Order: sequence, then C-alpha cells, then structure tokens
Amino acid sequence: MAVLLLAEHDNEALAPATAKALTAAREFGGDVDILVAGEGCKGVADEAAKLEGVGKVLLAEAPQLANRLAEEMAATIVPLMANYTVLLAPATTTGKNVLPRVAALLDVGQISDIIEVKSPDTFVRPIYAGNALETVQTSDKTVVGTVRTTAFAATGEGGSATVETVTPAGAVALSTFAGSDITVSERPELTSAGIVISGGRGMASGENFTKLIEPIADRLGAAIGASRAAVDSGYMPNDYQVGQTGKVVAPDLYIAVGISGAIQHLAGMKDSKVIVAINKDADAPIFQVADYGLVGDLFTVLPELDTELKKAGYGA
Amino acid sequence: MKILVPVKRVIDSNVKVRVKSDGSGVDLANVKMSMNPFCEIAVEEAVRIKERGEADEVVAVSIGNAKSQDTLRTALAMGADRAILVKTEEAVEPLAVAKLLKAVVETEKPDIVILGKQAIDDDCNQTGQMLAGLLGVPQGTFASKIELAGDKVRVTREVDGGLETVELSKPAVITTDLRLNEPRYASLPNIMKAKKKPIDETAPETLGVDIAPRLKVISVAEPKAREAGIKVDDVAQLVDKLKNEAGVL
Ligand SMILES: Cc1cc2nc3c(=O)[nH]c(=O)nc-3n(C[C@H](O)[C@H](O)[C@H](O)COP(=O)(O)OP(=O)(O)OC[C@H]3O[C@@H](n4cnc5c(N)ncnc54)[C@H](O)[C@@H]3O)c2cc1C
Ligand SMILES: Nc1ncnc2c1ncn2[C@@H]1O[C@H](COP(=O)(O)O)[C@@H](O)[C@H]1O
Repeated sequence: MAVLLLAEHDNEALAPATAKALTAAREFGGDVDILVAGEGCKGVADEAAKLEGVGKVLLAEAPQLANRLAEEMAATIVPLMANYTVLLAPATTTGKNVLPRVAALLDVGQISDIIEVKSPDTFVRPIYAGNALETVQTSDKTVVGTVRTTAFAATGEGGSATVETVTPAGAVALSTFAGSDITVSERPELTSAGIVISGGRGMASGENFTKLIEPIADRLGAAIGASRAAVDSGYMPNDYQVGQTGKVVAPDLYIAVGISGAIQHLAGMKDSKVIVAINKDADAPIFQVADYGLVGDLFTVLPELDTELKKAGYGA
Repeated sequence: MKILVPVKRVIDSNVKVRVKSDGSGVDLANVKMSMNPFCEIAVEEAVRIKERGEADEVVAVSIGNAKSQDTLRTALAMGADRAILVKTEEAVEPLAVAKLLKAVVETEKPDIVILGKQAIDDDCNQTGQMLAGLLGVPQGTFASKIELAGDKVRVTREVDGGLETVELSKPAVITTDLRLNEPRYASLPNIMKAKKKPIDETAPETLGVDIAPRLKVISVAEPKAREAGIKVDDVAQLVDKLKNEAGVL
C-alpha cells in the first residue's frame, strides 16, 4: 500500500494544505511519497522532504508543468501510478482539476473531499452541502481521492526524506497557460488562517469591506472571506468565497458579518471552532449556528468592535 | 459549431436535506427536484454562444430515470435545440457518467462540451475532468468567462488564488463556475415550444458502457448538529466572551 501525495505549491513555496493532506495520507498505513510537479520548484521539494513520515519526494520539473495544467499533470502522474495504489491531493482547485482526469485515465473512480479515512478502502465524505456524511467503500484497485484539509491537522516537520528527480512526460500541448490575476494580500491565507472575518450582502459595497472589515482583520491578523452574494455583487474577488462551492474554512474564530446563513454558506464554515454572527435580523439562520450572536446594524457594530479591540490591546 | 451540454436532475438547492433514519441515504421522496444550478449556467452559456451566432446547435443530454425528461425540457425551454436522455434507473457515478458522455460525444461530435463544475447532490466535482481525460481533449474547469477565438477557446478560471486564463484547442471540455452568467428563466412561449422539440432516448447498454458502481455506500449520517449559542448585548460583552470564555482572542 504505497501512497503518492500530490503537493500543492506555486513553484516557490509549499502550501500548508500539503502537510494537512499528508496526515490523511499517513492514515493509510503505508509509505507516503510526495510528488512535487512544476518548474523551478526544487526548493518546494526540499521543504516537502522535511515533513515527517515522508518516504521520498519525487521532483518532476518541466516548462509545461509550470502552471500545473491538468493535461500535462495527468500525463506525468499516470505512469508514476504503476508504483502506487493510492493517489491523494488536497481538495484545492488544483487537486480538483487534476485528480479526476488521472482517475479516469486509470479507469477508477475518485473519492472527493475525504474527511475521514476509516480504513484504506473506506472513507467519509460530505454530500449535499455537508448536510449528510456518506461512508463509502471503494472496490477500485487504485484509490484516488482529494482530501478536505480542514478535517486534518498538519503533519509537522522532522523528516529528512530524499528528493528523487523523475522524468516528466513530454508535453501533450492540448492547452496553454495564458496568464493569471492572482489576489495579492499580506493577510493570512483564507483556508489556513486562525481567524476569519467574512462579509455578506449586508456590507453593501466593496468600499465598506475596506473601511469596516479590513481594520479589524488587521488588528486580529485575520483572513477576510465573503459570501457568494458579496462576490457576485463584485464587493470582493471570487477567491474570497466561503461555502459549498467556494472555500471550506475551519478557523478557531469565524466572524460572519451581514451574512444570512444559507446552507451553501454554512457548508464552508460550520466546522469553525467558535462562530460569531453580526446581523441586524434577529431571525437570520446564521444565529442558529453562532456561539455568540450580536443583533445590530453592522455599520455601527463594526466601528465599535474596532474601538473595543483597540482598547483591549489588539493592533496599533 | 455544436455544443453539448450534460445536465443533471438534482434536489432543488432550496430544499432542506433530510437523512433517512435507517442511514441508507437522504430522503428524496416528494422533494422538489430541479436542474443542477451549475448545469443551468452551462445551458445558459451554450445558448448565449448560439445567440451570438458562434454556434449552430445546442444539444442537452441527461443520464437518469424518466423524470430527467423534465430537466431536459427545461434545457430545451432555455434554448437548447434538442435533447438526449440516457435512461437508467441506476445511480450512476461520475466515472460511468463520463463514459456514457464519451459515447454520446463520439456520435454527436460536438466542438465543445459545457458541464457544471459540480452537482449539488454528490458534490463530486469530477465528471467534466474525467470526460476530458477519457476523450484525450483539453479541459477548462471552473469557468467564469468563455471566449471563442477561431480554433481556440479561451477560458478564465476561478482558482484558489484568484483567476487564471487557459487557451484550449478544440474539441474541448469546459465546466462552469457561478460567475459565468446568470441563467434566464424560460418564458411561457418557450416552454410551450420546448414541448415540440425532440428528445431521443438511449440506454447505457445501447451505448455499450458498463455503469456498475465502484463505490458501495456503507451508511449516510447526519453531521453533528451545531448548537445555537447565546446572544450578546453589545460589542464590549462580545470581546469579553471571546477573550475570557471562548479563549479565541
Ligand atoms: C449552486 C449554489 C452554490 C452556492 N454556493 C455558495 C457558496 O459557496 N457560498 C455562499 O456564501 N453562498 C453560496 N450560495 C448562495 C447562497 O444560497 C446564498 O444566496 C448566499 O450565501 C447569501 O449571501 P448573504 O448571506 O451575503 O446574502 P443575504 O442572504 O442577502 O443576507 C444578507 C444578510 O445581511 C443582513 N444585513 C443587511 N444589512 C445589514 C446591516 N446593515 N447590518 C447587519 N446585517 C445586515 C441581512 O439581515 C441578511 O441576513 C450558493 C447558491 C447556489 C444555488
Ligand atoms: N447524471 C448526469 N447526467 C448528465 N450530466 C451529469 C450527470 N452527472 C453529472 N453530470 C454533469 O457533470 C457535472 C458535474 O457533476 P459531478 O462530477 O457529479 O459533481 C454536472 O454539473 C453535469 O453537467
């Protein structure tokens, strides 16, 4: 039972999602190797090699892998699977894009969003926006699955695996990368932040995120999130969306501001340790999952919260 | 140019899902069913491409039981030209759906296939990628913009870091994200017209595809319910509770 885990990275740094998915990978009980595929990503491989419990790190570098195009990634991964019976990746947009293609080429199904490894062939995963948890057993010869990283703690460092260079497949050249528009932020990354403050339609504009949410996020070292309505209305970019079809977060503290609490939003945050809801409608469904609810107008509550946090010594 | 749009019939996104007490699944008896929201976005996009004069035909396809006819009628009312039902009473997993779609693609020969990124019942997010793999064609997943440019398709994708653009050769498989468009409501005249549009029927056996499941569902359970907490009176109390009671500040 050898496990291959696909590393999440941007050629520069290993994303925290990898160490979390590694925890799931180690529960299969076999050796875990990590595949770092990209271009100019030797540093990432070295980082991965330091994680505990890694057998070896496979480093596949080629220009066509620079942006992890699914067609190119699959071409490189499929032959490697001759040596493995399990392929995992964190359920990031890269993992979700690449793994099903690999699974199909191996003629096996995929288990999406694994939240528990019951045994090497039996897994728990959420369905219906997390309103039900399904335990499934696969009969496939090779297990291919994506891991919901919020369900697993990160594996620590302490290993010293070897890095082995593997030859990537030749370019299949079905698609080309034509550019990206990546949100640059000094704040912690949404899916791994300890505190998340999210705004919804109630924020009424993007400027209000800047004026009212950002100062608080800065004080708390928090990441900022948004509901679908806030993203659809153009208040915030798409990568801020928390929910069933956006990002799944489980911080120690999640503050929902002007968010009603639709099931699709709850699906992305209801495993947070402590939930705070600020909403002017006392009957908003978000209060049904909130540990602390504050009924009030966010336009007065947020400035007060900022002042109160300042008084309590948070931030400058 | 021809566009194929696979559409799935699923529980309506506004319905509160209930897990059956015997743990065998969720209760779908007498609940409202609709076209999967991401599939609506796919149909809308295909119809808009046709309305711009960049496609000649939009074909909808669904795999499911006879009730999936309703979903196909919705696609036809939105503007698809004709439809195909791959009829089966079995629950079909994404890999098998992809294989059935591959068979349909081989006879229909569409230039692009537009699927939803995710079905809101199984939340798998697999079928489009699998279909692209089986066909050996490029994939543009989680699309928030699709531009046809000669023999290429430019797809802007919603990714974890923001947006990314890829250029695909045709034929290509695309999956839709939420921001691609806002699907129209079918007008009454179009609903009437859709009744006259053809729906062809076929079956997995006819297409020569083995749809035997690879997964066995052992059980389906409710997630641990989250209890509502307390209401605080003001911001000072909130900060105090977060600091001294919850210990998260
Ligand atoms: C297929 C599908 C996928 C989806 N995926 C997601 C997803 O991933 N993530 C997601 O979030 N949603 C998702 N949704 C959308 C979801 O159903 C809701 O429409 C959305 O979450 C609503 O966002 P909201 O709470 O910001 O807006 P609303 O529901 O409009 O709520 C706004 C809230 O703000 C409050 N408010 C207004 N003004 C103030 C004020 N001044 N002070 C305080 N409170 C105020 C109101 O009382 C209200 O409760 C999806 C829907 C579908 C169909
Ligand atoms: N039974 C089906 N019939 C037609 N299309 C389907 C079916 N199942 C999945 N699809 C397509 O695949 C997409 C993604 O589904 P999934 O991979 O199950 O999340 C859907 O939005 C549909 O476009």
